[in-house]
Order: sequence, then C-alpha cells, then structure tokens
Amino acid sequence: MNTGGSVLLLVLLLVPLVGSLAVAPLRNDDRAAKRVAFGIAIIELTLAGVAWAMYSVADAAAGTRFQLEFAYPWIPAFGTSFALGVDGIALVMIALTALLVPIVMGFSWEEKLPEGRSAASFFALLLATEGLLIGVFAATDVFLFYVFFEAMLVPMYFLIGRFGGPRRQYAAVKFFLYSLLGGLVMLASVIGLFVVSGERLGEGTFTWAELQRIAASVPESTQIWLFLGFFLAFAIKAPLVPFHTWLPDAGAEAPIGVGVLLVGVLDKVGTFGFLRYCLPLFPAASRTLAPLVLVLAVIGVLYGALLAVAQSDLKRFVSYTSVAHFGYIALGIFAFSTQAFAGSVLYMVNHGLTTGMLFIVVGMLIARGGSRLIADYGGVAKLAPLLAGTFLLAGLASLALPGTNSFVSEFLVLIGSFPREPVYTILATVGIIFAALYILWVYQRTMQGPVRGTAVLAALGGPGDGPGTMLDPAVAVKRRGVGFPDLSKREIAVLTPLIVLIVGLGFFPGPVLDVINPSVAATMSEVGLTDPVGGVSR
Amino acid sequence: MPTELPATGAVGPVTGVASLAWLLFALPAASAVILFVAGRRANRWGHWLGVLSVAAAFVIGALIFVQTLGLDPAQRTREISLYEWIPVAGLNIDFGFRLDPLSLTFVLLITGVGGLIHLYSVGYMAPHATDGGEPADDSSRRRFFAQLNLFIAAMLLLVLGNNFVLLYLGWEGVGLASYLLIGFYQNRPSAATAAKKAFLMNRVGDVGLALAIFLIWMELGTVQYTDVFARIGEVPGGTILAITLLLLLGACGKSGQFPLQAWLPDAMEGPTPVSALIHAATMVTAGVFLVARMNPIYNITETGRLAVAIIGVITLLIGAIIGCAYDDIKKVLAYSTVSQIGYMILAVGLGPAGYALGILHLLAHGFFKAGLFLGAGSVMHAMHDEVDMRRFGGLARYMPITTVTFGLGYLAIIGFPFLSGYYTKDAIIAATFGQGGWQGAVFGGVAVLAAGLTAFYMTRLVLMTFFGEKRWQNLRVGDTPDGAQYHPHESPAVMTIPMIVLAFGSVAAGFLLTWDGALVRWLQPTLGELEESAAGPLSHTAVAIVTVAVSALGALIAYLVVGRRPVPVQRPEPVSFPVRAARRDLYANAINEVLIARPGIWLSRALVYIDNRGVDGLVNGTAALLGGSSGRLRRLQTGFVRSYALSMLGGSVLVIAALLAVRFA
Repeated sequence: MNTGGSVLLLVLLLVPLVGSLAVAPLRNDDRAAKRVAFGIAIIELTLAGVAWAMYSVADAAAGTRFQLEFAYPWIPAFGTSFALGVDGIALVMIALTALLVPIVMGFSWEEKLPEGRSAASFFALLLATEGLLIGVFAATDVFLFYVFFEAMLVPMYFLIGRFGGPRRQYAAVKFFLYSLLGGLVMLASVIGLFVVSGERLGEGTFTWAELQRIAASVPESTQIWLFLGFFLAFAIKAPLVPFHTWLPDAGAEAPIGVGVLLVGVLDKVGTFGFLRYCLPLFPAASRTLAPLVLVLAVIGVLYGALLAVAQSDLKRFVSYTSVAHFGYIALGIFAFSTQAFAGSVLYMVNHGLTTGMLFIVVGMLIARGGSRLIADYGGVAKLAPLLAGTFLLAGLASLALPGTNSFVSEFLVLIGSFPREPVYTILATVGIIFAALYILWVYQRTMQGPVRGTAVLAALGGPGDGPGTMLDPAVAVKRRGVGFPDLSKREIAVLTPLIVLIVGLGFFPGPVLDVINPSVAATMSEVGLTDPVGGVSR
Repeated sequence: MPTELPATGAVGPVTGVASLAWLLFALPAASAVILFVAGRRANRWGHWLGVLSVAAAFVIGALIFVQTLGLDPAQRTREISLYEWIPVAGLNIDFGFRLDPLSLTFVLLITGVGGLIHLYSVGYMAPHATDGGEPADDSSRRRFFAQLNLFIAAMLLLVLGNNFVLLYLGWEGVGLASYLLIGFYQNRPSAATAAKKAFLMNRVGDVGLALAIFLIWMELGTVQYTDVFARIGEVPGGTILAITLLLLLGACGKSGQFPLQAWLPDAMEGPTPVSALIHAATMVTAGVFLVARMNPIYNITETGRLAVAIIGVITLLIGAIIGCAYDDIKKVLAYSTVSQIGYMILAVGLGPAGYALGILHLLAHGFFKAGLFLGAGSVMHAMHDEVDMRRFGGLARYMPITTVTFGLGYLAIIGFPFLSGYYTKDAIIAATFGQGGWQGAVFGGVAVLAAGLTAFYMTRLVLMTFFGEKRWQNLRVGDTPDGAQYHPHESPAVMTIPMIVLAFGSVAAGFLLTWDGALVRWLQPTLGELEESAAGPLSHTAVAIVTVAVSALGALIAYLVVGRRPVPVQRPEPVSFPVRAARRDLYANAINEVLIARPGIWLSRALVYIDNRGVDGLVNGTAALLGGSSGRLRRLQTGFVRSYALSMLGGSVLVIAALLAVRFA
C-alpha cells in the first residue's frame, strides 16, 4: 500500500547518516565538529516532530497499518525493497531516539575522551548510530530491518571500544559477539521466512505486510523455529535473563552518553522486535511459547533487581536496574492484552527517559568524583543539592513512583497482564519493593548523611577516607582539591527537558498513548487474541 | 443488575464553588513546585507562600463544605472530572475528584490541622533555631515547606480521587513526602535509614493495594469508585475476601499496623511538625480512610471485616505496651499513635456499626495528637532538642502555655470525662462489646485494658516532663562537660497559637462532633446508617464507667511509679523480661532483620556471585570456544571483530546465494 508517498522517513534516515560523514572529517576542530553535530541532531529532532505532527491517529484507528510510507525496489529478484513506514510504536521510538541524541551530545560536550580520540569521530559515530536506529524502527521490509539491525552494531562497537572505560575492549568485544550470535540466528529465520512465503505466495517476499497476511496459515511447528531465531536475537538485545551478561559490562565501560543510547534506545530494538516481528509474524508460536518468555521476564524482574541491590559500581547498578525493567516490558508484551501492550510500548519510551536521566546524573556524579564506585561517595546532597535532587527524581522515576512517567507504563503493564497471567504478575509486582530498595539504598549511600567517601574528600582536598577504594588509586591523587561543584548551567539545560517530560508524562501521558493505542490494537488482532478484560479488540 | 446500595446514592455533577475543587490540589502542588524550582530566590518568602497555599485550600474546602451542607443528603455525593489521565481502551482512567461527606471531612482535617502546623513550622524551622542538632537555615526551611506542601497536595489527592488509581497516586505520593521529611536532617545517618525503612515497609503495603486494584479491574473492568461500588455485588465471594485482605495489607503499611508497624516509631527522626501532621494526624490515618472508603466492599464480607478488627486489636495492644517502656518523648507519642490508630482500625473493622466511629476517633485524635506532638516539639525547642524524658522534669513553671495545652491533649487522649477521647474512644469500645459473641468480649476487653495502659504511659510522660524534680538543672547538653546548660523557655506565639487552637479542639471536638450525632449523620450518605448495637452484655453507660475506672487506675499506677518517687536520670538496668521486650519494640525489628533483611542481602550477594561466575562464565566459555581462550578474548583487538564481521557478511552472502540458487534451479 504505497501511498506514493512521503520522503520524510527517508530524510529522517539520511540526515544523521550524511551528517555523520560531514562531521567525521572535522578532526582538527572539535568545537566545529560538536556544533555541526548538535545542529544536525536538532534538525533531526525537528523532523521527528514534523513526522509526529503528520502521523494521523484517526487513520491508524481506521486500520492503516503504516503511514509516511516510502518504497523503492531494491533487489526485486530477491523480493526485497527499501521500504519505510511507521506505525504508532515505531513513531514514538523514533521520537525518543531523536530526542535523546541531542541530550546525549549536550551531556558529552565536555567529556574527557581517551588519549588520541577526537570529538569529531565520537559525535559522528553518535549520528551514525542515530541514523541506523531510525532505519531499524522505520523499516517495513524484514530484510532491510535485518540489515539495519546488524549495521547499528558497528558504530556502537566503536563507541564502546574506542571511547569507553579501562576495560572497553573486553566490553565491546563481548557486546559484539553476543549481538552477532543473535543476528546470525535471526538471519537464518529471515531466510526461512522468505522460503515459507515463497511456498505460500508462489514468490518469496520480505515485505512485512505480506508476511503478516500469511502468518496465520503457516504451520505452528514452522512458526516455532522461525520465532526462536528472531526471539534469540531480540532476547539478547533486550536483554532478557540469561542473555543479559553483556549489558553490565557494556553499560559500565561505555561512555555515559553512549550508555544512554545503548540502554535507552538500542536495547529497545529487542522489545520492539518482539512486538513488530515475533507476535504478528508468528502468532501461534508466540501464544505457545509465551509461558517460556514470561518465566524469563519475571526472573529478569526479580533477578535484575536483586543484583542491582548488591552492585558496588554505579554504572553496573544502572545496567542491572534496566535488566529488571526489561523484564516488565517483556511481561507486558507476552501477556497479550491491549492495556499491557500499551504499557510496554509506553514503558519503552519512559525507560529511555528515566534510565537515560539516571545514567546522565550518575555520569555527572562520576565526572566530579572520578570514581564509579558507590562506596567512594557520601553526603553529596550537602555539597551539590541540585545534583542530589535530580538523582533522586531520576531514581523515583526508575522505581515507578506515581506522578512520574514510569508509573503509568508500569501500572499498565501490571494491570493489563494480571487477568491472563495472575501468578507472573503478582511476582512482578513484588519487584516494586526491590526497586524501592535498590534506588533508595544507593541514594542513601551516595547522597545522604555526612560528607564522606574517598572520591568526595579527595575532590574537596581533604585528607581522604583512609585507604581508597577507588578503581584507580592514582585518580584520587590527581583529583585532589578540584572541588565538588553543583550542577552547571549546561548540565541543568541537559536535564531540564528530561525532568519536564518525566513529570509531564506522569500526569499527561495522553498524547503518547493516543499515538500508541491504535497500533497496539492492531498488534492484538494480529496475534489473534481478544482482551481478557475490557473486551476491546478490533 | 444494580444491587442494593446502602451507602452511595446517585452521583451528581458539581455546581458553584465546588467546581473550584481542583484548586484544593492545585494550590499546594503549585506552591511546592515553586518552592522547589525557585530555589534560594524563594528563601525569604517561601514559607509564607507555603502557609498561604494551605490556608487558601482550607477556605475553599470550608466553602465547599458549607455549600454541601445546604444540599439534600441524597445529593451530597458529587464528582468533578478534570481530564482523562490514562486513556487506554478498556481502562480509561479519569483524573477527577469525588466530593462527598467523607472526602470533605478529610479535606477540612488535612488543610485545617495542616494549615496550623504550617504556621507552627514558620517558628519551629526558623533560621538559627535548632532541631535534631542541625541548625536550620533559610534554604532548609524553604525545602521543608516545599516538602510539606507536596505532602498536603498528595494527601488531598488520596482522599479526593474518584478512582482507585488516583487513590494509588496519592497513596504513594504521601509516601514520598513522608520519605523526604523523615530524612530531612541530612547530618543524621539514622534519619536516612528511617526514611528508607518507612518507604520500603509502605511499599510492601502498596503491593497489596495494587493487587487489590488489579483484581477489581479484572472482575469489573473499571476502577472508578462509582461503577465499582455499584457493581461490587457481581464479584464472587472469594475474590471479595481477597480484595479486602489486600486492601488491609495496604492499610497496614500506611497506618503502621501490625505486622508493618515498625517504621512508624523510627519516623520520629523527622522534624516534630512532620511527626504531628504526617505521622499522627493525617497520613497514618489513611488506612482507616481506605477501609471506610471501601465500605461497600467490606459490607459484603464478614470475614474481611473480622481480619481488619483483629489487626486493629493486636496493634492497639502492642502499641500501648511498648508506649509504656520508652523514655523518648516522641517515641512514646509515636507508639501511642500506633495504638490509637489500632482503635480506629478496630472500629472500621466492626463494619456498619463502626465506620463512622472510626472516622470520629480519627478526627478527635487528629486534634489532640497533633497538639501533643506540637507540645513535645515546644519542649524540645526549649530543651536543646533533648527527647529523653529522664532529663526533663518540672518544666510546667517555665512553659505554662505548653503545659496547659499539652495537659488538655493528655486529658483528651486518656478519655477524661467529657473531653474528646471520652466520646470517641469509649464509643468504639462500647460498639466492640456490642458486637456480642467471643469477638465482642475479647476485643472489647483488650480495648479496655489498652485504655488503662494509655492512661499509664501518658500520665508517666506528663509527670516526667512537666512535674517533679528539675533533673535537667545539673545536666549539660549532650552529657559533655562543655555542653551548654539547659535554659527552658516558652515558645514564640507563632508556635503557641496553633497549640492553643488544637487544645480547644482536644477539649471540644468530641462533644461537638457527637452532639446530636452530628458527624454520624453527616457521614451517613457515604458510610451508611450507623448500626446501633444493643446486643452486648454491657450498656453504654456501664462501658463508659468501666473504661474510665480502668483509665483512672492506669493513671494512678503511673503516679505511684514516677510521680511519688524520684526518677533516675540513667535508665534502670537490668529490668524484667516484659520491660526488656517492650523496650526492644517487642522484637519487631529483630524479627524483620533476621527473617527478611539479612537473608535478602545474602541472597543478592549470592546472586551476584552466580551471575559473574555462572551465567557470565558460561557465556565467556562459549565465546572462548569460538575465539580461543577467554583470556585471549579480553586482549583481542578490533581485527578480531573485523574478521567476525567479514565472516558474518561472507556467511550471509553464501546463504543468500544458496537460496537464490535453489530458487532459480
């Protein structure tokens, strides 16, 4: 259904990719590189706003599956075309991506890069990642999706491996291997889909809409094999326990800004994939295998939370909270109800904002103390009340306190999952206690009480806290007496949009939910189930 | 199939001043936001903005109350829908308020007592005053008022919301405010620990409330009060029981009821106005509100109500027992609060015979307990933040206003004839006996016994603080030789005026609220007809006489123990087992520590080990199989990945080529 369309998505895809090529050569002028990159990111954000404005909720509700479509025959012999289009789910993810990139750039503006690395390549890689992510969300051709899915690994690999912390090589290789493994298995399923479609239609195709149309007629045993291929790739990306162990390393070693993109958006490709590919293309397999995924999801919620409680490294801590959060998203997706779907999609957006903010605030703390260890901090609220306040707000959003955006999504996931899956939902609901524990405990240790901790005392020029616990004892010496200032104007500017959205979407989630609703209703009917409660299904 | 509606009649739209109801929430919320965002710029006037916003909310609440009084009782339940908060198919959650006698009663309590305590705090939190050993400054006072306003806004949302999810928003919102204010003193690690503990134990209760909401929605497909209450009869009995028990879990968390009571005494780490407002008069009574609000659900299940009553009885007894053992003035009052809320929970657990009595005692308690806490704060203000009653004594001469207002609150709580507690607590005890059967006898007996204990610990507190020897004369602050001497003095007017107003409330509230059944009749459209029980073995008069006699006995024993004999400044040790157990909170904290906290920490440490060695090790091992050894994996450079990328690409091309070959063969 090519409406002859709109090149807007193509532009959205190309602006950051071309921009990346334009920024990369500016090695000798960091300032110019940053400014050009930031300008491109702002243009991209504006374009995403235009796409949001052009997207018609009414059309979506009337049954138009994708809007703003663009298609160009790519390898006709092979049934694949360069086809782009968005539904409500893809649209909100594109908007989230376009929003986070300039924020990440603003945060990384004064980032100390490792020796010999230029800001130009860092910002160019950020733009490249953005473009490829847009491609992943906008692709309506399965093969094209696969290409973007694999391609986005490359800039991310370099961002972690070249610009990260002390063990960046290890983390980057681990990230790459995991993703590659998932990608290869998915490739087998992608090709399998082509073969199956060839059997059904006489001619193989990769077009999503065509594949969805024949989905119900594919035998369940075939569906299960194909499902598992996609599922493994997405479960690694999301990540679900037990495929999660690359994330704490990548999250800990990646520069903060990259971590925000990694956990905030790139990982969502996994849960996006569940909704866009696993459920509609393999409905019978999804229904049959749902208990398996639900078990993994609930284990993720509780296991991730318990692991977060015992972390000693701030960045690993944030990564493990995300493992728990991804458990909630997966629960909502495989509990099959309109409410839980809407909750999961909204969760994907909200998690990008709240965990993004938590990562950023943690980064601001680390920038002041020079250490990632929780034990190196204490009583920061007395020195930097704004930093502490924003940390607490991000934490409260992370534990889904009502009044913040995350509450709406977590509540929708849980209430929507409850009628069909009461046992798993009860277990996941218990997880909210652990969430309160891990957030408030870290807040207590780093922010509350008397001023203490090696990193803080060293920064203040004090005598230190006895033997340092810092990862690198030399850092404590180097940082002696640099002071522990509160948030700068730039940092406030970076955080303000996130704070406004976190509180704003807590009380007014309507505009986002309105965009999401018709598409999750469509997904619901593609799975072939009706709502257990509320009885709304098209 | 509309079922019989004992309590809720038709719900009408709002008119006139009631359409301003959104301001009730918006004013304190806006004030909180301004104080948080404006930062230091608001230091000079921030506290007055805080007072003003609550006072304005009180005026609006009072106007709506008067307007409602003018309506026919059948039309006093009204709703105002502001906007659609969470629009999702099958679950459209409204942001709207339900104005009915119950919610309006709470609005007046929250903004009225809240306004007085805001005013008191202007003096109490004034710069250079100290509290808890931390000198206050302009910024900390502004922060305090921002958080106190936040609390008022959240609490109003809790009572005004017209659906379960908005209730939950207010419910956790007050939990946040409580968390912030308990941890207000940043120098004290114990404050941070107490704050975290309060939030966590509340969250345990919140899980119960959340699951109750899930169940209700699953059964009825709606979370709006009006629809739920109208159709609750369709829900099977077992589910109803589950819902009521889950709601009770929520009530236990918020109201410090057994087994989730341990956080409330620790919450006294917060500034004293917070203890008065949040941890005595309003927030901790939310559990009572919850059961009363859900009366259409509790009316259906006798077992559910019995569970509520049992929790109330257990709590009112343990609170009173522990209250007898503490020497910390705020902790005694805190356990007193635990115990008094136990009475309220017992009352609402009696069902139609007790809902209104629970609210009645809640209001009276709101006055006298807030007054008692403010009095305790005044004493601490005068005594360098000392809380150990063994270091007080003979303060009556130095702080006459505090002594008189505190004394009136004291008489009210012990149920001295014709003061508040006499009307409200005795009514609960009489209604409990009126239930008849073993429950009536056992619960009523325990309630009378606890009334005697209440008289004991309160008399002990008053005697040790205001009368007897001036034990502080030979002591120094902090027990250090160079510590300052104590110079007790009366507090400024901005603090004493709220105390005087609350003292009037302590004296008169019980009488006025029960005059001709005023409150009961007012609440009737929400809570239904109050069932008068005549079944009990004892008449009301007899119950009143017995209760007063037992209370008098408790007071007399206290006089014999601490009034006639000198009080040692050092706490006597060793003591008998019951006293030791009471001093250790009847081992509630020890049990939590051994059963939950330590195993939890061990478990999470064990999981970290497993995650690093097991899960990750497995994966590293697999990777090692692919790429050599895991040691090499770490040292591998980009070239490794390049070759992988190439092989991936090569593999893909091969597979595709094979596919094409198959197709075109």
